[in-house]
Amino acid sequence: MRRLAQTIARSTGRLSRRLGRGGGTTLPGVVLLKMRPRAAAELAEGLADGSVAISATNGKTTTARLVRSATDAAGITTVANTAGSNLLRGVTAALLERERHATLAILEVDEAALPAVVNQVSPHTIVLMNLFRDQLDRFGELETLVTTWAAMIAGLDPATMLVLNADDPAIAYLGFERQGVVYFGVDDPSTGRSERSHAADSTHCPRCNEPLVYTLVGIGHMGHWRCDACGLARPSPTVSAVSVAVRGVDGFDVEIATPDGPVSASVSLPGLHNAYNVTAAVAAAQAIGVPTSVLGAAMSRTDAAFGRGEHIVVDDRELVLLLAKNPAGANENVRTALTHEGDLHVVVLLNDRTADGQDVSWIWDVDYEPLFEQATTLTVGGDRAYDLALRFIYGGCPAERLTVCPAPDAALDNALVQSAVGDTIFVLPTYTAMLEFRAELVDRGVAHAFWEDA
Amino acid sequence: MTPVRLCHLYPGEMNIYADRGNIAVFAQRLRWRGHELAITEVGLGEELAQTGHDLYYLGGGQDRDQRIVAHDLEGKAAALRSAAADGAAFLWVCGGIQLAGAGYTDAAGQRLAGVGILDVDTAAGHSRLIGDLVIDARLDGDAHEVVGYENHVGRTELGADATPLGSVVSGHGNDGTSGFEGAVQDRVIGTYLHGPLLPKNPWIADKVLSWALEHAGHSTSLDPLDDTLATKARSVARTRAGRAR
Repeated sequence: MRRLAQTIARSTGRLSRRLGRGGGTTLPGVVLLKMRPRAAAELAEGLADGSVAISATNGKTTTARLVRSATDAAGITTVANTAGSNLLRGVTAALLERERHATLAILEVDEAALPAVVNQVSPHTIVLMNLFRDQLDRFGELETLVTTWAAMIAGLDPATMLVLNADDPAIAYLGFERQGVVYFGVDDPSTGRSERSHAADSTHCPRCNEPLVYTLVGIGHMGHWRCDACGLARPSPTVSAVSVAVRGVDGFDVEIATPDGPVSASVSLPGLHNAYNVTAAVAAAQAIGVPTSVLGAAMSRTDAAFGRGEHIVVDDRELVLLLAKNPAGANENVRTALTHEGDLHVVVLLNDRTADGQDVSWIWDVDYEPLFEQATTLTVGGDRAYDLALRFIYGGCPAERLTVCPAPDAALDNALVQSAVGDTIFVLPTYTAMLEFRAELVDRGVAHAFWEDA
Repeated sequence: MTPVRLCHLYPGEMNIYADRGNIAVFAQRLRWRGHELAITEVGLGEELAQTGHDLYYLGGGQDRDQRIVAHDLEGKAAALRSAAADGAAFLWVCGGIQLAGAGYTDAAGQRLAGVGILDVDTAAGHSRLIGDLVIDARLDGDAHEVVGYENHVGRTELGADATPLGSVVSGHGNDGTSGFEGAVQDRVIGTYLHGPLLPKNPWIADKVLSWALEHAGHSTSLDPLDDTLATKARSVARTRAGRAR
C-alpha cells in the first residue's frame, strides 16, 4: 500500500508540471499525506545518512543552499526541498521525488511546521537561526512560537545535535538545558550598529524577563547580550565569524573560527544576515561530518537562491532581487540597497496573500526612510501598492520621486523607463510578489523558472 | 503656534501592530496644515504628569508585555482619568481598548486592572479573532466606512456609558457575536482595528486631531487634504473582506 500510494502521488507532480500548473512541488506531498499521514516518516526511513532540519524566520532557504554546497563538495548525495515549499507537505514531496541514491536530506522548514516535520523525519541535526516578528496573522506572537519550539526540543532524542545562534537570546536559551549544542555567532565588532532597529523583538531576558543589555548590536534583537538581573548571557560560540568585511551588494569576505580550524570564504551574497547564514551553514556542515577543508570554497561558490540576492540583467540594467516578508528581513535589504554607489532605483512590491502574511501592518515597522533621501526613483507595486504608497508618503518620501504601479510588469517597466543603461535596480518583493515578478522575468526570457533552480 | 501635545504610552512594549504608523499620520496631517505635534514617550516606571497632553495614544503588545504594562498603568490611572475628564483625546488600539476599560481577565482567570476611562470589560476567549475587518463607523454624528485588520483573543463587552465605534460589515469586531466594533465615550476611542488604523482611515485621524486641537486651544477646522491614496488603499482592503485565512 505504501508503494502504491507513493506512485500515485508522484504521478500527480508530473501531471501538474505538464499542465503548466507551476512547479508541482507540493501537490504530491498533499496527495500522499492524505493517503499515508506518516508518509514523511516512512520516506525518511530510507535515508542512510538521515536528515538535517533548518528553521528560522529569515535565512532558511539560503542556509540550506549553503549546507548543500558543503555536502556536494564532500561527495554526499542529498535531497532538499529547494523549490521553497517548506511545510510538511513540501518536505514530504521532496523526500518522495528524491533521486534513488540520495542518502541525506537537507530540509528548510517553516517555523510553525517544524514540530510536525521533526516529529516525522527525526533529524539528527536541527539548525535554529533566528526568530523575528513575522506574519502575526499566521504565526501569532513570537513568544508562542518560542514556547512551541521549547516543547519540541524537550521531547527530542538526547542524541539530536542542535546548532543554535548564540546572538539571538530566545534561540540561544533553547539550548541552555541541553548537552550536544553547537553555538554559532558573529564576533566582529565592526559589524556592530549604533542603535537597535525600530522593530527589535526579544530584548527582554528569556529567563527572568528583565531588559537585556547589549555590548554589540547586530540585526534586530541579535547581538552580544546579557542580563544583569539574573546573570544569563550570550554563550560563547564555538563557530564564530571573527571577521566580516562587506563588499557592498557584491558580498563579503569572512573568516570563521571553528574547533577544527579556520574557514575563510569570499561570499557572493550581500549583507550581515548572510554572514550569519554562512556561519550557521559551516557549523551545520561540520556537525554532519563535512571536512572543514572543503568549506571555504563551498561557501564562496554558493550563489543566491531565487529571489534572495539574485542578480538578473534586463535591458542592460542589473536587477537585484531581495525577498523580504517581515521588518527584520526588509531592514537588511534596505541596508544592502543603500550600499550601492551611483543612481539608486528601488522597486518595492507588497502582496498580502497567505504566504506573504495577510496583515500588511508590518511595512510600518520597516525603516525605509533612508531610501526616501537616497533613492533616485522609487516604484511601489503589488496587491497592496497603495498601502506602500501611504507608508512612503507619510514617512516623508517626496511625491515626485514615487510611482505607484500595482501590476508587477508595470512596476518593472516603470523602473526600466526611469533608469539608464548600466544602472542597478533593487527589487524588494514579498514572497508571492517575488514569484509573480520572477514569472514576468521568465516570460521576458531573462530568468529561468524557480523549479529548475538547482 | 503651540504644538499639539501627544503622549505616546509604552512605545517600547506596545508597538506590535505597527503603531508608529498611527503616530506618523497624526504628525504629518498636522504638519501639512501648519501645526506641529510634540511627542512625549512615557514608558515603564516613568512619571505621567497630571495634565499637559492633548492626545494620548496606546497600542497593542504581546501578552507578556501587556501584563507588565497593565501593572505599570496602575500608577498612571488617576492622571489618565483626569485627562479624559478634562477633554483630552484618546486613541487606544488593540491592547489599548482592553486597558482603557474596567479590566482584562486572561485565559487562566487572572485579572488585570484597566484604567477605567471607557465603559467596557474584556475577557480572553478560546480562539483568536483574526482577519480583515470592515465597519460602518460613527463619530460625532458622522458616518464613514473604516477598514483594517484585527488579531485579538480578548472579547470586549460594552457597558451603558460607551457606544460602539461602529457596526461590523465584515470580520469579528469586539467579540465576534455582538456585531459591534470598538467603543467611544466622550473623547476616548478604543478599537481593535489596526493595519495600522489611521493611514487608510484619515477620517478618524482628523476627528481625533480636531478634538486634540480644541483641547490645545486651537481652531478645530482642518483644511482638506488630498486623500486619494487612502481612498484607493481602502477600496483594495475592502475587497479582502471575508477572504479565507
